[in-house]
Amino acid sequence: MQSFDLEAQGLRALNTTLHAQAKDTNQTAWEIVNPKGSHAIAVGLDAPIEVNVKGSTGYYCGGMNKQATVHVHGSAGPGVAENMMSGTVLIEGDASQYAGATGNGGTLIIKGNASSRCGISMKGIDIIVHGNIGHMSAFMAQSGNMVVCGDAGDALGDSLYEAKLFVRGSVKSLGADCIEKEMRPEHIELLTELLERGGCDAKASEFKRYGSARELYTFNIDNAY
Amino acid sequence: MCGIVGLFLKDPSLEPHLGSMLTEMLITMTDRGPDSAGIAIYGSETSGTGKLTVQSDTPQQDFASLEKDLAAKIGTNVSIRAKDTHAVLEMSNAQIPVARVALTDLRPNVRVMSHGETLEIYKEVGLPKNVAERFDLSSMSGTHGIGHTRMATESAVTTMGAHPFNTGVDQCLVHNGSLSNHNSLRRKLRRLGVHIETENDTEVGAAYLTWKMQTGSTLGEALQSSLDDLDGFFTFVVGTKDGFGVVRDPIACKPAVMAETDQYVAFGSEYRALVNLPGIDEARVWEPEPATVYFWSQNAAPTASEKAA
Repeated sequence: MQSFDLEAQGLRALNTTLHAQAKDTNQTAWEIVNPKGSHAIAVGLDAPIEVNVKGSTGYYCGGMNKQATVHVHGSAGPGVAENMMSGTVLIEGDASQYAGATGNGGTLIIKGNASSRCGISMKGIDIIVHGNIGHMSAFMAQSGNMVVCGDAGDALGDSLYEAKLFVRGSVKSLGADCIEKEMRPEHIELLTELLERGGCDAKASEFKRYGSARELYTFNIDNAY
Repeated sequence: MCGIVGLFLKDPSLEPHLGSMLTEMLITMTDRGPDSAGIAIYGSETSGTGKLTVQSDTPQQDFASLEKDLAAKIGTNVSIRAKDTHAVLEMSNAQIPVARVALTDLRPNVRVMSHGETLEIYKEVGLPKNVAERFDLSSMSGTHGIGHTRMATESAVTTMGAHPFNTGVDQCLVHNGSLSNHNSLRRKLRRLGVHIETENDTEVGAAYLTWKMQTGSTLGEALQSSLDDLDGFFTFVVGTKDGFGVVRDPIACKPAVMAETDQYVAFGSEYRALVNLPGIDEARVWEPEPATVYFWSQNAAPTASEKAA
């Protein structure tokens, strides 16, 4: 286990050290102490390492992640796991605004609640939230899956493309062109796998699926000004 | 961007440390707003006595015999406590309106920063660390306070454009965001007789709340109606003589984090601002909901009333 004191050693040294890890590094286990809400912790990683952050983080933790597992033992500030490509980001507490935004791949697991704009413009990432999500989540989401074990805020899935949204609790309102869709066996199968990956004890049958009505970007006189 | 901090104490044993805790929080928020900084502190009260915090760019000249000159002009006792470019004038509460008029004659270059029974506001252009040092903010004690680091967007980088803004007795407000209808609202409020000094959007927000309260709203109601009447982005933190309130607009893209323990309620634009507060690891930490008014008072239980966005 490699331990790194962020307060003593600084952010630049941390990210430089983590970036220097090659794909076959033997230093696969890292612990970051004293994060104290600092920004840009463990961004741009590209090696199969596990980074445990012992506390809460500020903006953009785990952004642009590839391969690595970033485990935050606290809450995360805005933009956690933004534009992730692969790997896993796991938040024990809550996540602030736009968690997992524009993510291309990998898995983001939030054990607490996520705030507004969770998964905005997601492009292939899987986001699994144990609690609730805020307003305008999955706005313009293009592909990937979002699982919400709690409730969703206003305008879920506004202007959605092909991402799949699964919500167990209530949805305050659906955004433009987002509709409830039937849960077919393949969706139950997919969701069961996602719930297992996210460490959720919920059952797939308790969820509703939401997706795009696919009418917003085709000719529809109701969309004309 | 801008950075906001706020601290409302429940435990009186922390009161001597209010200034130092707020100052540390304020300095942490420097990179959200290095243009200017300000702090409002609610300190002790002497019954019947009011405070005017004033500012001058030439303090040695303006403050030299101000105590005597003002006392002679308005015929009452005045005491003065000068700190760098600011001075706190204390006198009988009833004399304050007269003193404000007298000041404009006696010292035309002196500007009023705040008026209150317990409130004092210190604000200047410059890095938060330097502003805090100039006024020795860390030595101040009090029951609650708010602070702001400014990244200027809507008006010039001047002392008067710095936050907090005080527009009513013991009321003050700090703001992160930008209001888009401040010009029309300023014209409307001025027509209604509300005094607004600057072209700053935040002052309009503060004046709007004062006007609402002068026309019968409680602070909670005034904050609630701000959600209908103010356009743009805002996270507001407000202070009153005995309370501390927070509201975010329905879009809520300006950041906000709150923490509460048995000893205090704290606000920060970022969690970083809160990390050195006592017991923060065990505190309830949350992000205030959009279009929801939160308010704590020394005389009442906390409130959070939600309004449909």
